[in-house]
Amino acid sequence: MTPIEPDSLERALAERLDAAAGERLAASADRDSGRDDAGGRDDVSAAERLAAARSDVAADPSRIAVIFPGVGRMVGRDLLTADADPDDPHAWTVADAARTLLLVSTGDAVDAEIQALYRHGDGEERRGVLRALPFLALDRAIGVALVEDALRTNDVRLIAAACGPYTSAELDDDAIAQATLKCVFVGVPLGGFVGLEDRLTPEIAAMLARFAHERVAAGRDVPDDIWTVANNFPATDEVAAIEAELDHPDEGRAAAARRALDRRALLGATPSKNI
Amino acid sequence: MRIFDPHIHMTSRTTDDYEAMAAAGIEAIIEPAFWLGQPRTNLGSFTDYFDGLIGWERFRAGQFGIEHHCTMGLNPKEANDGALAAEVLEVLPRYLAKDRVVAVGEIGFDGMTPAEEKALTAQLELAAEHDLPVLVHTPHRDKMRGTERTLELVAASSLDPGKVLIDHNNELTHQIVRDSGCWAGFTIYPDTKVDEHRFVAIAQEAGLEKTIVNSAADWGKSDPLKVPKTVAAMLEAGFAEADVQRVVWDNPVEFFGQSGRLELAESGADGVDRMATFAGNSVLRGERPE
Repeated sequence: MTPIEPDSLERALAERLDAAAGERLAASADRDSGRDDAGGRDDVSAAERLAAARSDVAADPSRIAVIFPGVGRMVGRDLLTADADPDDPHAWTVADAARTLLLVSTGDAVDAEIQALYRHGDGEERRGVLRALPFLALDRAIGVALVEDALRTNDVRLIAAACGPYTSAELDDDAIAQATLKCVFVGVPLGGFVGLEDRLTPEIAAMLARFAHERVAAGRDVPDDIWTVANNFPATDEVAAIEAELDHPDEGRAAAARRALDRRALLGATPSKNI
Repeated sequence: MRIFDPHIHMTSRTTDDYEAMAAAGIEAIIEPAFWLGQPRTNLGSFTDYFDGLIGWERFRAGQFGIEHHCTMGLNPKEANDGALAAEVLEVLPRYLAKDRVVAVGEIGFDGMTPAEEKALTAQLELAAEHDLPVLVHTPHRDKMRGTERTLELVAASSLDPGKVLIDHNNELTHQIVRDSGCWAGFTIYPDTKVDEHRFVAIAQEAGLEKTIVNSAADWGKSDPLKVPKTVAAMLEAGFAEADVQRVVWDNPVEFFGQSGRLELAESGADGVDRMATFAGNSVLRGERPE
């Protein structure tokens, strides 16, 4: 994909770091002098530290190896959008944004640095790498391999970070289908999977309905995201199989089928652009 | 009572252990990088292990509500493979920069060889460069001589002894460690090293200043509940609750808090805030993964 210009990300981060610095100033004015010994860390603002780090990396891209791990300590881990839901695995933090900007600063060296950053990164660093992908002029094979690795994990932070505009632009239909099912399976909301609406296929709908049937047969509830996707397509044999469960002698199965079909009907009018 | 086990090798333990540790009140742990019971033969094995310490193991501990931290270093046994040791030391700075890496360690002596001394000296300097505390292992054999030589190297380094924890002490070694200004660690083991009753006797005599206890549980015969068992032994011996708390929480938080990278809930089940004075460390305010 054509890299997204980082301007608006830069602005959002600058505003957020400014606001956070203001909050800290107000808080420290209210507080006694007990934490003065932390002053050394606060003399320079997070924005200034990031700007210096970006210059370092632009001058010598290999420096990112020791700068990237400490980004959370450099700029904090607040949500990038103050009113975002902290439990939403798609929500960006200021550290995610700062990591994107650092990777942008590596310029032409990004191909050389990004694999080692991901390979040796902890969960937050890996998430930072994945979130940055749509902003980078990166060799496609490298980017796709990173996304595929993240989608193999069971870490919802990485799976969510891998389900964004880069993945919806670059992965083939089978991989998109597997990613969609994995999201539903581990509880990553599909609503944050940017670009998915343009990649939905009848096969994805059928796959999700088969998963719903497995859940119903186990007497369990079915995630709503299944229907917000599947309802974009005509009802399939898989849905008919769930309807057949209504007559199952096991009351738990029949009740689960009723609940699933009720949710399906309720969510029936959800337009695909709102998944 | 808030409980911290600042030395435990969880990669070699099961999820049953995590469950039992959480149930026994352990809120936070530190997993020092060590060897695997047999020597590694290439750098990739080291980095895979380091990646696990900051990746999967941290995630696994979090599922049980335990805050996982680690130390990074080249252990003394594997320091004896000269070519491999050089490669490990070269890649270490990348890992010393990680979140929740709260010290360089465990480093030190095993067989007191020149190669071990070289790796120890180099890593004391790395700690000074990265402004991190150090966790030092003392040898099982010839412990007194190994401890003395370690203290000489610490004194010759640019490190403040207050940022050095000398571990696995016994009745004979702890006093010279305290005299040096370093912190004294005690590993509580079922049979070897020091058991909880021997530790109580040492604590009654020497006090609790700069004193830390841990289980050092690994793939050998060891017990991940030794820190809570030490709590019980200390209370039974008549130590005040605040004094016990000092050994199993306040002291490790103060020592490893010098890294600025501890991530602990602000208050424990008892609602008492023991993080407020440890500036620079981030505070999770009790949030837990589900």
